[in-house]
Amino acid sequence: MKRYDLIVVGAGPAGLSAAAEAAKHGLSVAVFDENAKPGGQLFKQIHKFFGSKEHRAKIRGFNIGSELLAEAEKLGVEVFLNAPVAGLFDNREIVVRVGEEARHYKGDTVIVATGASENMLAFEGWTLPGVMGAGAAQTMMNMNRVRPGKRVLMLGSGNVGLVVGYQLLQAGCEVVAVADAAPGIGGYGVHAAKLARCGVPFYLSHTIVRAEGAERVSAAVIGEVDPEWRIVPGTEKTFAVDAVCVAVGLSGATQLLKMAGCAMQERGGAVRLPVCDEFGETSVWGVYACGDVSGIEEASSAMLEGRIAGAAAAGKLGFISGGTLQARTAELEASLAGLREGMFAPKNRGKVPDKTDEGCEISSSLLRRGYLDGEEIARYPGVSSAPGLHAVIECTQNIPCNPCQDACPKNCIKVGENIVALPRLDGEAECIGCGLCVAACSGQAIFLVDGDIGGGRASVTLPYEFLPYPAVGEIGVALGRDGQTLCEAEVIGFKLTPAFDKTGLLTIAVPGEMAMLARFWKRGRKRP
Amino acid sequence: MRISNHPILGEAEVRREVKFTFDGGEMTGFEGEPIAAALRAAGVLTHRYTKKQGAPRGVFCAIGRCTDCVMVVNGRPNVRACVTALAEGMAVQTQYGSAAKGEGGAE
Repeated sequence: MKRYDLIVVGAGPAGLSAAAEAAKHGLSVAVFDENAKPGGQLFKQIHKFFGSKEHRAKIRGFNIGSELLAEAEKLGVEVFLNAPVAGLFDNREIVVRVGEEARHYKGDTVIVATGASENMLAFEGWTLPGVMGAGAAQTMMNMNRVRPGKRVLMLGSGNVGLVVGYQLLQAGCEVVAVADAAPGIGGYGVHAAKLARCGVPFYLSHTIVRAEGAERVSAAVIGEVDPEWRIVPGTEKTFAVDAVCVAVGLSGATQLLKMAGCAMQERGGAVRLPVCDEFGETSVWGVYACGDVSGIEEASSAMLEGRIAGAAAAGKLGFISGGTLQARTAELEASLAGLREGMFAPKNRGKVPDKTDEGCEISSSLLRRGYLDGEEIARYPGVSSAPGLHAVIECTQNIPCNPCQDACPKNCIKVGENIVALPRLDGEAECIGCGLCVAACSGQAIFLVDGDIGGGRASVTLPYEFLPYPAVGEIGVALGRDGQTLCEAEVIGFKLTPAFDKTGLLTIAVPGEMAMLARFWKRGRKRP
Repeated sequence: MRISNHPILGEAEVRREVKFTFDGGEMTGFEGEPIAAALRAAGVLTHRYTKKQGAPRGVFCAIGRCTDCVMVVNGRPNVRACVTALAEGMAVQTQYGSAAKGEGGAE
């Protein structure tokens, strides 16, 4: 039986990070993954990540995946693919299925980073072909490059529902609506706003009644729920769709941990999670858990948890001294703590604050309809309607993210040390209109506005990630934050440089009074 | 349903086209892609019918977890179409219950 200093189960963000960290300290490391390709869900994440530079903010998930994989390989980590781990037994022995064979390996330490699977929602018609997890849709379009449907209903307004909803639009699908039984949007407001300004309607306090169709989904019916979660009669709405995506949360794939006898406890409702110490070690000596299997969070935190567990395994086996381990852990913990702040932090789950840390009232329109109301926008520190070219930062919730601050070569944008703070504009610094902040904003919440470009017109530069790209001179319509058509809008610029990383900067000219209203552009004419 | 060009992922890489059969009829797909992707691109959503109720089922999780998408592949039942790579000449069949039609599964 082959032995390794460390066996990692799962080649996703947590597992690869754990493996790389341990290998860096000299451990022999093998990673087993059931999939044909490594990276877990990272290669499906085509959006730019949040956080700060140390968390690889503003880099797209799949590029982070490539970096991580290259790092692990360079450090000599052995990655076994198509190798599902079927068992974790006494003394950290694992059984792996390779082809038709069962192979045994032994790890002096084992890190379980098996991730999570999607929660489901049972409703009439939920087994029809065309009803699928939002992650399934993401896999089909971003990995397999096949559209999961032409017209899609998204159930769930958490970050998965919002991000996948937007990616469906990027893949050329129509998203007929996002529905959520909760009264407020669960994910980041900036993610919701991206969908809303494209014209996707939000139905909060709504859930699915049924999916209709004989052989496959042909329609979906949603209805409003009362405070007891019952459908209010007469509120049903029917959408013709060929796909329904369910994004109602994730649950850790804890089977191996349970098999190994790790103590589990209920945390966050009915979910049973492994009991871990600060290094991610479970109740079983030398068996660690990190990433989603130890509690659902983002990939960014999973990578840090993986590093912590990898370093801990190195410490456990004596590859690094107690002091070195302590210092490394403290560094990683500090980075992780930065991500675990703000309104969406694990410790704040379920709470709906009414004010930001800065004392700005949270937009009820954003939570209810997915967009900021025109009246509300002025209260945020990144928003200015001063004359001249400047950034308008429609970032209104405390989320851990600061690439805008780093992006601006003129220091116009200040977030400060605390990365969950709302970005604010330095009125003294001069905006040169480079647009780097627009492209750097993972939430696509920054616009460049010049209220007067002559002839009574204003210019608005917005992030644009759709094909085909607009051509200069093209006339289309400007849409408001709510996705409604405002006015005709001429394309006066389209810029895409490598530094923008696939986020095009579209500049449109609109009537002056639309400068603070126009936030998206689409082809077509305004209806009379 | 194929996405040939994508604003973030760019042009689709050139892959080898292969022939396979679905319930006896010839189809084409790309070598190495999941069987489910080739079928979805060809407009096939129903992978199997359940044993007791004969209800249609298709791709549900797409990562090999839920087993709702299983089919009969090269005569072998319960193959997860979402994570099984398509190969030249593969015989893919709708699964009825636990077997292909006329082979003892529910119909």
